[in-house]
Amino acid sequence: MDVLPILIDWLPYLLSGVSSTLGLVFAALGLGVLLGLPMALGQVYGARPIRWAVGIYVWFFRGLPILILLFLFWFGIFPAIGLGHLSAFVVGAVVLGLRGAAYQSQIFRGAIQSVSEGQMIAARSLGMSRFTAIRSVILPQAVRIALPGWSNEYPNILTDSAVCYAIGVVELLTITARIVTQTHITIPIYLAAAGIFIVLNYGGLKLLHRLEAKIEIPGFGSGAM
Amino acid sequence: MDQTAFFFEILFPALMQGLIVTLQLIACSAPFGLALGVAIAVGRQYGHPVISWLCKTYVFFIKGTPLLLLLFILYFGLPSIGITFTAFVASVLGFILCNSAYNAEYIRGGLISIKEGQMVAAQALGMTRWQAIRSVVLPQALRRAIPGLSNEFIYLIKYSSLAYMLTVIELAGAGKQVATKYFLYTESFAAVAVVYLVLVSITTVAVNILEKRVVVPGTVRANPSAQL
Repeated sequence: MDVLPILIDWLPYLLSGVSSTLGLVFAALGLGVLLGLPMALGQVYGARPIRWAVGIYVWFFRGLPILILLFLFWFGIFPAIGLGHLSAFVVGAVVLGLRGAAYQSQIFRGAIQSVSEGQMIAARSLGMSRFTAIRSVILPQAVRIALPGWSNEYPNILTDSAVCYAIGVVELLTITARIVTQTHITIPIYLAAAGIFIVLNYGGLKLLHRLEAKIEIPGFGSGAM
Repeated sequence: MDQTAFFFEILFPALMQGLIVTLQLIACSAPFGLALGVAIAVGRQYGHPVISWLCKTYVFFIKGTPLLLLLFILYFGLPSIGITFTAFVASVLGFILCNSAYNAEYIRGGLISIKEGQMVAAQALGMTRWQAIRSVVLPQALRRAIPGLSNEFIYLIKYSSLAYMLTVIELAGAGKQVATKYFLYTESFAAVAVVYLVLVSITTVAVNILEKRVVVPGTVRANPSAQL
């Protein structure tokens, strides 16, 4: 049996999984920033109860396997709180995002803490409020410092998105498994999927590195502390 | 059936059985993942250009592919060319491949951070290249790689749950079975989560102690932020 023509026949279907996988990744990355950045600020500048709450959140989401988080939210928590009608895709994206927020908050926290404390004091002595100083002095630098570390979250979330197969999200791996069942061709299909993941992985990283170069302050160096 | 009986007579024993399988998976994977990681890092850094390229390519492919896909290839793919593993063995092989690639990156970072002068000095004292790597460079490089390696070990604990996708009934699988049989999803998975959190937290404390223990007296403790 000649494998190549069959592989080419199924390629469009295989590629249709890419949009779903990337959808998961972008939703998760976005949610991660949206939650992770405030969490980092809370952990650095917040009152004791806030710091404590963020610490617990991070410990919980970083301590659990992604498979268990998906099972817990998909079968347990979401149906129990009346969100059982959500699609597997939405649950997958939310869980990847909640978990991403835990990791990203620590990347942002490190970056915020690496901006020297004197800058805060200097900004305050110029009459800025604490909030203005954080927004206009600390954060613009911290976000740039955080970007290289943040970029590394992309491959992590991309490879973890494949675990959403377990709750039935129709992403790249699920489609791969379906094609394998249909055609009984195993290794070439799996390798094609692996190839697509590798292209997405390193291609995306290349784009992110380009972004890093673009937003760096001239003479400041991206990520240099 | 009341809650207490469910927890103590059904859920707890099932999870403990699963935990044993999880620990077996980790115990079978971690030593080989470390050994292979060292070999790949040394091969990449000091090996013949061909070996170096092979090691680099290995890391590139393994890091680029989701672990779950790797496990599918090992368990569902390889039988088509006549290689059959049990689900447990396929899982362990997948974990070793994945773990070694990530470990190799940290160890290579450690190797690079050791000044080249040490290699030159060791060879000037009459050591062969191999002796210098083994007795001078590696002992220091491995210590510097410990924070990264401990992280990877913790990842290994967590990703061992993917063995369930190959039908190995480990911790996650045991929880899933109980949850499905008794329709108590939140309770069962919450209990599984607690076991993982305990496992990961204990390991975190243990590796921190280990890190302090293996410091060579008089040298500065490896600073994670100064790592490559």
